[in-house]
Order: sequence, then C-alpha cells, then structure tokens
Amino acid sequence: MISIDLLQKTAETLMDKAAIEIPDDYLAGLQAAAKSEDGELSSFVLSAMLENYEAAKQDRRAMCGDTGTPRWYVKMGNEAQIDGGPVALEAALRRATANRTDGVPLRPNRVHPLWRTDHNNNVGINAPEIEYGFEPAGSWIDLITVHKGGLFGTDYRMLFPSDGIKGIKRFYLDCLVAFGKRGLACQPAIIGIGLGGGKDTCMVLGKRAACLRVVGDRNPDPRIAELEDELKELGNSIGMGAMGFVGKNMVIDTNIEVGFCHTGGMQMSVHAFCLSSRRAVARVYDDGRVEYRTDPNWFTAYQRRETVEWPADTIEASQ
Amino acid sequence: MKPRHITLSTTPSAHDIAGLRLGDIVYLDGLMYTAREGVYMRALEVKANIPEELPSQSAANFHCSPAAAIREDGTFDMGAVTATASFRFAKWLPEWMAKTGAKLIIGKGGMSSKDYKEYFVPNGAVYLSTVGYGTGALLGRGVEKVEAVHWHEELGLAQAMWVIKCNHMGPFIVASDLEGNCLFERENARISEKITRVYEGTRPAVLKRFGETDDRNDELIG
Ligand code: SF4
Repeated sequence: MISIDLLQKTAETLMDKAAIEIPDDYLAGLQAAAKSEDGELSSFVLSAMLENYEAAKQDRRAMCGDTGTPRWYVKMGNEAQIDGGPVALEAALRRATANRTDGVPLRPNRVHPLWRTDHNNNVGINAPEIEYGFEPAGSWIDLITVHKGGLFGTDYRMLFPSDGIKGIKRFYLDCLVAFGKRGLACQPAIIGIGLGGGKDTCMVLGKRAACLRVVGDRNPDPRIAELEDELKELGNSIGMGAMGFVGKNMVIDTNIEVGFCHTGGMQMSVHAFCLSSRRAVARVYDDGRVEYRTDPNWFTAYQRRETVEWPADTIEASQ
Repeated sequence: MKPRHITLSTTPSAHDIAGLRLGDIVYLDGLMYTAREGVYMRALEVKANIPEELPSQSAANFHCSPAAAIREDGTFDMGAVTATASFRFAKWLPEWMAKTGAKLIIGKGGMSSKDYKEYFVPNGAVYLSTVGYGTGALLGRGVEKVEAVHWHEELGLAQAMWVIKCNHMGPFIVASDLEGNCLFERENARISEKITRVYEGTRPAVLKRFGETDDRNDELIG
C-alpha cells in the first residue's frame, strides 16, 4: 500500500522541481544549439536563456513567469495499491498543485474559459488534467508533472493517405513558421507529432511525444526514427531561430508517436514544448522509497503494444 | 557584431528614446507597472480611476502577469516575471497611451509596424520585447521591490496591476523605433526571402480549410 501522504509530499516536491530545474536532456540540447547558432540576435537569446536556467536554480525561483498549465501523468504498476484509492490520489495531486502554486510561487494561470473566474491556485474545473497509464508488473506509482507552456505552437489537421510524407512535411513546416514568427512558440522547442488515432488520440499522442520523451530518444520503428531525424533537420533549415530572429535553431528534437487510425485518414497534430520544457518525475514504491528523475519513460513497449494480448514472456523484455 | 547594451529609466526622456535602435539590449531602472486586458477594460471601459500617478511615476507598461503571491501579512513574494503576447491588446493601447503617457510598452512578440506608426510614434513611445521569452528568473532578479498591487480583488492575481521597482531589470530588446520600424518584421522579411527552398518536396493538404479567407465560395478540395 502506498501512503497518500507520501504521494502528496512527493507531488509537491515535483511541482517545485519542474518549475525551477530545467531537465538535463533539454539543457544539453539547448547548449548545443547555442554553440552552433550564428544569428546575432538568436545567439543573444540563447545565451540569456542559459543564464536564466542558472538564475532559477541559484535563487530557487520559477524559470519562467508563465507557469503554463501544470498537469499530471500517473503511471501505475499492475500491483500498485493506493492508500485511499484513486480518489484520494486525485485529491492529493490537486492539493499539491494548489499548495505549490502559492508556495514557489507560480503564476495562477487557470481560469474559467467564459467567466474568467480565477481560484488563484491553478485548480478548477478539469484542471489540472490527470492522465493514467499502466504497466504489466510492479507495485510502484510514477508521478509525472508537466508544466506545459504556450498558447501558441499547437495545431491539428485531418490529412489523408494521399497527402503522404510530403503533406506531413508541409503541415509541420506551416506550424513551425506560423508559431515561430516573433517567437510565439518560445523556440527552440521539442516538437511532438501525433499521427493517426482519432482527433483526440492524435492530440494526446502529439502532446505526449513533446512532453514525455527526452531529447535524443528515438521511436523504435526505424522508419519513424528516420522521419524524426529528417523533420528535425528540416525544422532547423528554415533559417529561423529563437524569437523568430534569423538563425538556425528552431527545433531541439522532433518526436513522433503513432496510433492506428481510420483507414481513410491520417490525422496529424503538432505540439511545441517550449524553452521552459518543464517536467519532473518520481517513482514512489510501496516500501516508502522515492526516486526522482527527469525522464518520464512513458512510452514503453507496453504503451506502444500492437497486438490483442500482452503475452507474459514479454513482461520481462519490457522492463 | 554584438548588440549594444543600454541602461534606461522607466520615465525616459524624449532624447533617451530617440537614441534607441532596433536590436539594442536594454536594462531598466525605476517603477514599472503591469497592465493587460483586465486593467485596460477596467480603466477604459468601466472607467475606474487609475490608482497611480501616470506617467510621472512610471511610463513603462509591462504586459505581464507575474508569478507572485500576496502573503497573509500583506507582503509580496514575486518569483519569476514573464511577458505575455502584446498583439492582443492593440484594441485598447491607443487610448491607454493617450491617457497615461506610456513611453515604453514592454511585452512579448511586439506589434505591427502599422501599430507603431499609428500610435506609438505620435506618442513618442517604443516597444521593448522580453527575451526568450522564458527569461522569467532573470527578470525576477531585477525586481527590487513590489511597491503595490491594485485591483487584485476585482481582477485576480494574474490580471491585477502590479507596481514594481526595477533595479537593472532585463534583458529587453528594442523592437520598434521612432520611425515606426518593426524588428520582427525586418527579421521575418529576411527569413521569407529564403523560405521557398525549405518548402521544396512538400505538398499542400488535399483538403483545404474553410473560413481562412473571407471568400465563402472557396472550393476546399484539390
Ligand atoms: S511558452 Fe514557455 S518559455 Fe514561453 S512564456 Fe510560455 S512557459 Fe515561458
């Protein structure tokens, strides 16, 4: 049984870590970008960002004044049991979000879409989002918080098989240029692409591709991995850099996730995880151990499973 | 060539502003206030009295909602400060600038050269953009003190009018000048010159979107 107090305490620590500490994989990606950048203004922006991450850590203050919209991903091993059940867990995550909005402090961003009611704590109707995943073995829970920024940088389009890879490239470029102008997407970003599924699945997959995979990670399908490389390269050949200034770094990495879709369609979504690519992860075990990390490791072989059954002998392989 | 670095007062003289060039890096000293749609609507549409002496105390309007909290003892805790996209406020800015004498509009992404020519230049004002735009921690370091917060009960913390004392707050980038030139448009034009090349080997979607032009006879296929 995993203690609910421990889950809430861990969630509170994760809120702080996400807001303050830029994940190492993204930091390394941005450092590499800063080295290669020769656009004069873009270069200045990247060096200011690198300084900003340091300032955030030194002062223990949020790296960006815009908190984005904090959300949770919960992944449970099949044997995990929560003290108080899932309802207690959801309450704990909502409390952690509210407490640390005030504590860090973070900007209370969440308001009612019509009445603009603001609870000043990033909690409200359907906020924060809490999404779930499961793994075949284990009595642990992974708590993942993502503070996804950006009103800009995300789009969806119903493409068709005849649009093909050329159509995918076109929509990808259109999104990068549209949101990259004036730097509205706060690039260079991790770009997540969802392909297939239904419209909702496509959005979910693309967002997770941006937020739950680390820089340098590749899709296990070699042809998709190749497309990821190609799209990253393409994004960085636009001639646009940070803030939409002349430059050559738009994309720190491009990640693609797919889902089986209607035979006539090829849904596509594009998501940009911005200069404040905030994610923090902890695994909480039933014996009270907590391990913090920054790689959500969300997309396991089990999450990407293709067949009807999940045979027992693949469980080991998946770990 | 490295950009120039300049220190500027939040009540700058006409001479100071005339000396700014597109792409200059600016650091600010003095009082600055946040105002975005909530403040604009309350001051201009509901016609509530603006609770500060503008522009004598500050001529710097920051499009920003800080990551800040008001503590139980009434003190403020301000962590990071990041701007929000300014183009959405074009509706209120001409009247706001005329009424408050704002000379520095500070935000994210700038406005169009049309906006600059129509009401920035006649008011002797320029636009400063934040950098990144995620440099919230650096800007937070430039906050010496929160002087006051107004209208937080009516508008919430994010939309409230925060009055901040800046000490070498920055960096900001000069994104417009007194001729109405726009830094972002200049950069966009340079990028567009070469962009066709990247689009080679792509194809527009077979199904177009309705409503992106005003022509209701648009055929969407093909
Ligand atoms: S998009 Fe990201 S970096 Fe930019 S302002 Fe929002 S949270 Fe900050």
